[in-house]
Amino acid sequence: MEHKTSFFKAIKAVIWKDLIAELRSKELVSGMLVFSLLVIFIFNFSLELSPSTRASVTAGVLWVTIIFAGTIGLNRSMAVEKDRGCLDGLLLAPVDRTAIYFGKSIANWIFMLIVAAIILPVYSILYNHNVISIGLVFVILLGSEGYVAIGTLLASMAVQARTRDILLPILLFPVVIPILIASVKASNGFLIGVAFNELTNWIYLLAAYDVIFTSVAFMVFDAVVEE
Amino acid sequence: MKSKPKWLKILDIITIISFALATLMVFFYAPLERVMGAVQKVFYFHVSAGWVGMLSFMIAAIAGIAYLIKKDSKWDLVGYSAVEIGIAFTMINVITGSIWARPIWNSWWTWDPRLTTATIMELVYFAYIMLRQGIDDPERRNRFSAVYAIVGFISVPLTFFSIRIFDRTIHPVVIGSGDANAIGSFDMTPLMLQTLLFSILVFSILFVDLMWHRIRLGQYSNEIEELKLRIQD
Amino acid sequence: MSTVIEIKNLIKRFGHKQVLKNLNFSVNQGEFVAILGPNGAGKTTLLRILSSLSKPNFGSITIGGYSLPDQAAAVRLKLGIVSHQPLLYGDLSAEENLLFYSRLYGMDHPQNRIYEILQLVGLEKRKKDMIRTYSRGMQQRLAIGRAILHDPEVLLLDEPHTGLDQDASNMLDQLLEQVATRGRTVVMTSHDLGRVANMASRFDILTKGKIQSSISVNDLPLHGLLEYYQSVLSLIDANAETKNGT
Repeated sequence: MEHKTSFFKAIKAVIWKDLIAELRSKELVSGMLVFSLLVIFIFNFSLELSPSTRASVTAGVLWVTIIFAGTIGLNRSMAVEKDRGCLDGLLLAPVDRTAIYFGKSIANWIFMLIVAAIILPVYSILYNHNVISIGLVFVILLGSEGYVAIGTLLASMAVQARTRDILLPILLFPVVIPILIASVKASNGFLIGVAFNELTNWIYLLAAYDVIFTSVAFMVFDAVVEE
Repeated sequence: MKSKPKWLKILDIITIISFALATLMVFFYAPLERVMGAVQKVFYFHVSAGWVGMLSFMIAAIAGIAYLIKKDSKWDLVGYSAVEIGIAFTMINVITGSIWARPIWNSWWTWDPRLTTATIMELVYFAYIMLRQGIDDPERRNRFSAVYAIVGFISVPLTFFSIRIFDRTIHPVVIGSGDANAIGSFDMTPLMLQTLLFSILVFSILFVDLMWHRIRLGQYSNEIEELKLRIQD
Repeated sequence: MSTVIEIKNLIKRFGHKQVLKNLNFSVNQGEFVAILGPNGAGKTTLLRILSSLSKPNFGSITIGGYSLPDQAAAVRLKLGIVSHQPLLYGDLSAEENLLFYSRLYGMDHPQNRIYEILQLVGLEKRKKDMIRTYSRGMQQRLAIGRAILHDPEVLLLDEPHTGLDQDASNMLDQLLEQVATRGRTVVMTSHDLGRVANMASRFDILTKGKIQSSISVNDLPLHGLLEYYQSVLSLIDANAETKNGT
């Protein structure tokens, strides 16, 4: 007799639940969006983003924005699970713990991509300079995947700690630096118009990091939720 | 209370003697480097401390894996002890590096891949300590710190690799192939190499000694906890 | 009568503190067992272990013929749990919450069952509203609906009255008695005997990490039970005071 609900059904259920809840409340994406815009404005004044300086720092500004906004999203996404004891509810169901992990990660990834999809055109309009290209979109897809993979794992630890409000960025930022570096470098390449095939090494590197971080998180997630 | 085991006493004495010996070797046995002069002497303990730092964090990650498999709190004690020692030695490594860099690179700090990675590594394990302090339930604390020790240890080499491929290092690579851009590089004479190898050996002994003491300390504090609870019951 | 829940020599430690000390406990099919005890006696810990959320340090546990923690998935399918938190998502409606859980439990055509449950707990008129807008009592009623959604054999209730006022508690009792516990084996924790006195068929008193006594309703009239429980509690209080005094 099969006792466990199928892996993919469980993942789908978790993603569906997160998307419906977000559609209803719009707290997570709107919070991340407003925060992102504020970060861009703060950068504008603190770095004086004149056209000449902008060329070299755009990639950095975009990624710092994405990563800062990401921590807000991750914290919120896991806090919801902790609030009414829902994490216990998930764990009580006959599903693989890793299905819960993938469900939450994919939902978080979708939220980050939605935010990025709004931020990029807004940035382009604000500075009257199109930053969107296939290459950049590709880098954002890969970079945010790795970020979310490790971020979802660490956020599920952070929300279970007494110091949950401050812990996530402290845990996440030092270990996510390799992804940040690769993403910024690759994005910068695409922004200054380097050909796609010259940047494939960075893309491969990012993909490799994604695989490493996702599989490590996948292997240890059980230990984070199972008592 | 158990008295200090005989072997630990012996190890303490070996550590002290060999450390004194290593210091003497650095100053009197190894020849003076002709360009950099006396400041190059820092190199021997600098490399050794860096080695112990890496070794500690590797042991913490292995202890983390062992804990997640066995769920035995002695592995948590091993991991936590290793991280504490690793933090201390990595700090020694970074500070001695700075002392050397000031006259050679003309700056206390550069954004060199090795310096940067060493410092980020230090931050990873500061985060590890903060994570532990934020969790009250001991069993959960053990699990989470095991997970973080593993994740952190995997991330550090990736950080180094990422920084390395786009920045040419100016840090000398004394062992193995050198880089033409390196500033402060030198060829090791046999006497220097012997001194270095001996220093690394001595620091490794020091590491074992410190681990032993730290684990004993942890065991005692566990016993105290247990005794406190027995009084309450 | 067959045994549904069987715990032998259960030990659970938190760090150095032993919360459950060599506890033995068994429940027959169809029994309603109330676990009573003062706060901090280990009631919630025991229920978390039974519900597969927490692992014991030592001891064997079988539920419905499957053992914990090795066959956790099979056990989970047989369990319904109501805790003092509703385990519901505030931003989802009642219907969506139930739909989500039905998917997690791998139910194929849940619509009819969800409709049935919403009627049973009396929330079908508000099924489209977000849980956030519900009162505590309504949330707890839906939590009971969630717990019996997959028609479990065993129902575990962990202080389900926490945070409810008198009216809501009475309504919850009614729901438990008439719907949720019918035909099921039930284990419920409480620190308040008065609350569970009319429902349970057996009362187990848990103090100092062990079941100190187990009393069937047939053995002792209710007022006798109340007196006995009071005396157990006051004994513990007296012990605590002498200890604090020294």
